[in-house]
Amino acid sequence: MTSSSGSVLLVLLLLVPVAGALVVAFLRDNARLAKQTALLFSLGEFVLAMLAWFAYEPGAEARLQLHFSVDWIPAFGVHLSFGVDGIALVMIAIIALLVPLLIGASWVDKLPEGRSAGGFLALILVEQALTIGVFAATDVFVFYVLFELMLVPMYFLIGSYGGARRQYAAVKFFLYSFLGGLIMLASAIGCYVMAAEELGQGTFDWPTLVQVVSDAPLTNQIWLFLGFFLAFAVKAPLVPLHTWLPDAAAESPIVVTVLLVGILDKVGTFGFLRYLLPMFPDASKTLTPLVLVLAVAGVLYGALLATGQRDMKRFIAYVSIAHFGFIALGIFAFSSQSQVGSVSYMVNHSIATGMLILVIGMVIARGGSTQIADYGGMFAVTPLLGGMLLLAGLTTLSLPGTNSFISEFLVLIGSYPREPVYTILATIGMIMAALYVLWFYQRVMHGPVRGNALLGAMSGPGAVADPETATGRRALPDLDGREKAVLIPLVVLIIGIGFYPKPVLDVITPSVEKTMESVQLSDPVEGN
Amino acid sequence: MTGTATLAVAAQEQVQQATGVASAAWLLLALPALGAVVLFVGGRRTDRWGHLLGCATILGALVYALVLLFDTIGRPAVERVSEVHLFAWIPVNALQIDFGLRVDPLSISFALLITGVGGLIHIYSVGYMAADRNRRRFFAYFNLFAAAMLLLVLGNGFVTLYLGWEGVGLASYLLIGWYTERPSAATAAKKAFLMNRVGDVGLALAIFILWSKLGSTQYTEVFAGVGQLDSATLLAVALLLLLGACGKSGQFPLQAWLPDAMEGPTPVSALIHAATMVTAGVYLIARSNPIYDLTPDGRLAVALIGAITLLIGSVIGCAYDDIKKVLAYSTVSQIGYMMLAVGLGPAGYALGIAHLFTHGFFKAGLFLGAGSVMHAMNDDVDMRHYGGLWRIMPVTFVTFGLGYLALIGFPFLSGYFSKDAIIEAAFAQQEPWRAWVLGGAAMLGVALTAFYMTRLMLMTFFGEKRWEKLKSEEGEDYHPHESPAVMTVPMIILAVGSIGAGAFFASGGRLASWLEPSLGELAEGGETVLSHGVLLVLSIGLMLVGALAAWLFVGRKAVPVVRPEPVSAVVRAARSDLYGNALNETLVAKPGTWLTRALVFVDNKGVDGMVNGIAAAFGGTSGRLRRLQTGFVRSYALTMLGGSVLVVAALLAVRFA
Repeated sequence: MTSSSGSVLLVLLLLVPVAGALVVAFLRDNARLAKQTALLFSLGEFVLAMLAWFAYEPGAEARLQLHFSVDWIPAFGVHLSFGVDGIALVMIAIIALLVPLLIGASWVDKLPEGRSAGGFLALILVEQALTIGVFAATDVFVFYVLFELMLVPMYFLIGSYGGARRQYAAVKFFLYSFLGGLIMLASAIGCYVMAAEELGQGTFDWPTLVQVVSDAPLTNQIWLFLGFFLAFAVKAPLVPLHTWLPDAAAESPIVVTVLLVGILDKVGTFGFLRYLLPMFPDASKTLTPLVLVLAVAGVLYGALLATGQRDMKRFIAYVSIAHFGFIALGIFAFSSQSQVGSVSYMVNHSIATGMLILVIGMVIARGGSTQIADYGGMFAVTPLLGGMLLLAGLTTLSLPGTNSFISEFLVLIGSYPREPVYTILATIGMIMAALYVLWFYQRVMHGPVRGNALLGAMSGPGAVADPETATGRRALPDLDGREKAVLIPLVVLIIGIGFYPKPVLDVITPSVEKTMESVQLSDPVEGN
Repeated sequence: MTGTATLAVAAQEQVQQATGVASAAWLLLALPALGAVVLFVGGRRTDRWGHLLGCATILGALVYALVLLFDTIGRPAVERVSEVHLFAWIPVNALQIDFGLRVDPLSISFALLITGVGGLIHIYSVGYMAADRNRRRFFAYFNLFAAAMLLLVLGNGFVTLYLGWEGVGLASYLLIGWYTERPSAATAAKKAFLMNRVGDVGLALAIFILWSKLGSTQYTEVFAGVGQLDSATLLAVALLLLLGACGKSGQFPLQAWLPDAMEGPTPVSALIHAATMVTAGVYLIARSNPIYDLTPDGRLAVALIGAITLLIGSVIGCAYDDIKKVLAYSTVSQIGYMMLAVGLGPAGYALGIAHLFTHGFFKAGLFLGAGSVMHAMNDDVDMRHYGGLWRIMPVTFVTFGLGYLALIGFPFLSGYFSKDAIIEAAFAQQEPWRAWVLGGAAMLGVALTAFYMTRLMLMTFFGEKRWEKLKSEEGEDYHPHESPAVMTVPMIILAVGSIGAGAFFASGGRLASWLEPSLGELAEGGETVLSHGVLLVLSIGLMLVGALAAWLFVGRKAVPVVRPEPVSAVVRAARSDLYGNALNETLVAKPGTWLTRALVFVDNKGVDGMVNGIAAAFGGTSGRLRRLQTGFVRSYALTMLGGSVLVVAALLAVRFA
């Protein structure tokens, strides 16, 4: 067993949510206690993540820090080894931040008949541990196992706690991801075999594989690349492998949608950076046009479809598809600015889209419908909720001054020197983002109070509700203390990172530089 | 070029760290920003004093701006450009984007315009918005706007400018859509934001090009390096910046949003959509003067856009009966004059800025006057319902009248100096066709401006009191009255500016030489194709012709309360905004809608169906497959879970055994 100082932190980060899940699972009969316990564990996890943030040294020579490793299957050279670089660290930090907020957000949710809050929260905590594991894994086999295992709690979260078509959505989600993963397994075994030929003994150790596989002939690299790429492209998701996401997002409970879109999907783009680029540098460069076409297609296709959606949660799914296009563009435009942009996009998308989904969840909790047409003119009754929806929308359309602007701007300015055509096409996505966000906001919030869901909630179907009267307002209350507590940390991050992103960028940049070194490309613009 | 811009070059090269008063320039942004934050966070708790805080912060900023002005005047000309570094904003390796401010004559002048005219409009709004129960939120938006606008003009690089640029766009969106329950307001707000975004993409792409070629986005480094760029790159940057300017300043072909923006409360129209924000495009071109100095084609594009827009705006302005829309199209047209001026390059930058400032005074005054009239007329905006108001609202009438005279270029008032200088510079272009086209457009605009403004004056303040026989939309009688002092005092101060600002700026080339460290020396106009005397007589003559024509149409005979139909094709076209909206609708909106519908269908049936179809082909009918899958996946997932638990348990058992 090897370890470094601080590696105990990583062990704890992996185990605390599991322990929390076990405890909470036994509290099925006492929903309140289960919620409190889950919240406590998730807050502890957040504290651990903050300790890890400060224990990590961005400027240090070693890329993987807080490292620890245990033999697992010696016969196949598999180690349970974990460690973080700047890219993994920011993702782990954002997971640790989001989970307590999600627990707070789901506090009063009604669960389907026969389901307990304890079971729900236990699954969430397990999912948290598994996703942290996926980002921290430094053994390719362990990564694969966690990548597939991650589907299991998610499958139950969607299939047992979701909406009317939850079974269909859960199965579709599972099959897509699982099959993508199997193809990745084939590629991983291919790498193992290659290492066995080269070194005399096979290994799944990521740093070793990077050295061995990255020198392989181009054809071999391309096949292995495609195996990993397919799994990641389903997860990310890139067009045309995206159709599972709208169904899954629409049928999941709100907080599960956040987990799915805000965290799980990032494993795909994380995989691009961690596995595709360093392990298959020649294939990555050769296949760049393929990825860029899919990326820009995603930006435009996602934006157009978002504009045409009638369901709020499907709307979010297509917005995210557009955003993932930007992330993929930045990664495959090969400059440190664009890649730092992409990584910070992964973080900022979790914050921005997390906020958007949670606020939309608060809208849905008031009206009971997910159809946009069932709402209208809410701002007059619930101005604070309206303001929060607008802020979430503004960061979704990457308004300067919000966190998302930093990432989108870095992606675009960093991509332009090497890939001007794709960048120019992607900027059309900026205009469309303004259209779909503001149109959505206008339909829900502006104009006279209208829509079946709103009128129904306020004074019975068909009656005319009056926001000026106390009864009208009481039936449709503005944000309460719990909801404010959930949203305030996100608001602070949105504005804070928008104006002072340096602490985040400084953690990401050195790891991205190492990725750039491994593909042996230097920045197209050196500055003056 | 080198001969004319020596002071600017010397000043640019000597950009130094700000010292003394200038080093606290962040206060200019911080005060209104703080006001906005307190008002947003405080919410209803600030209801009683929110408007006072809003005014206090902007007036505090005004005081600081004045101190800064006198401090800078006290320095030698080459030391008047300095920068304040605040913090590293977006640093990634070679890309180092600073959050910093550039304090120079250009930015100080704008800061004075924003806090001065802005301060007056803040005060006016205390009265205008008194009946609105969300007044403190209005002031939060106003303070937010002021902070963003100050950042736009003070930022020391293209990206800080972009931050301010979109910040004012947000404030504009919020304030156009102020009356949220009105669907038309919401649609107008969205339209403004969207059309601005089209321009913003131009600005963003210009920034990307500058970064890729010069390795920086900061003014100092960009302006020092533009000399190395080839002419194609320079032209591309110039045109993209122009696209950005067209979006923000309502210039052709992105002019359609500005008249709709009048859905906002009138102080908003005065501050944002007349005096300050919409002139940001002119600022952008003037600030980028080292780029435009080097690209004659780029300058020509700017000047032509200005000329086209000034005609479009003034033609449409003649056809509207809505007092705010007439003023809005007047703004479009007047900014056209400014664009035309800055498109003339070193011969015009300072002239464009001078007209921007005089326009800031008299157009803000006109809008506040219009607001005062609307206040008196139950928020009715239809001039056909007005008439004979001069006796009832004497202060409004006099201040509005002075603004009107300044706008049409009545001799020795503000607009006379600033607009005639532009016309003369346009006629002094070396190539005759340019002189005739640009100068001719500017000259024609004089007659049109005099026509629509005189028409507005006559319909509003003179003639029959048509409102006596009418009821308002709510079915009430009209009881026009003069506005309270909190509204009229700002109008009076702005009227003083309308009278004197032009002469003050023009005498001895005062403004031009003050702006020299930022914009370079004002190049002497060459020979004009017509002599100065002829031009002067022509412009005054055309102004009188326009005014007379208006009197023939609406002054001499009674004005119908309902607008006459049918009308000639020209009037119909003008009433339809020269079909600008119809064009957008046909070229962009309709095809976009169809494409979206088609894609939603394809995505649901095609892409998804294909994947399901492939699955079905392997497993028989899809229904059976789905049942099969459900059972299969569920048991598989459970098996995986069980398996992994077993593996972990086994491993633990082995290790601890």
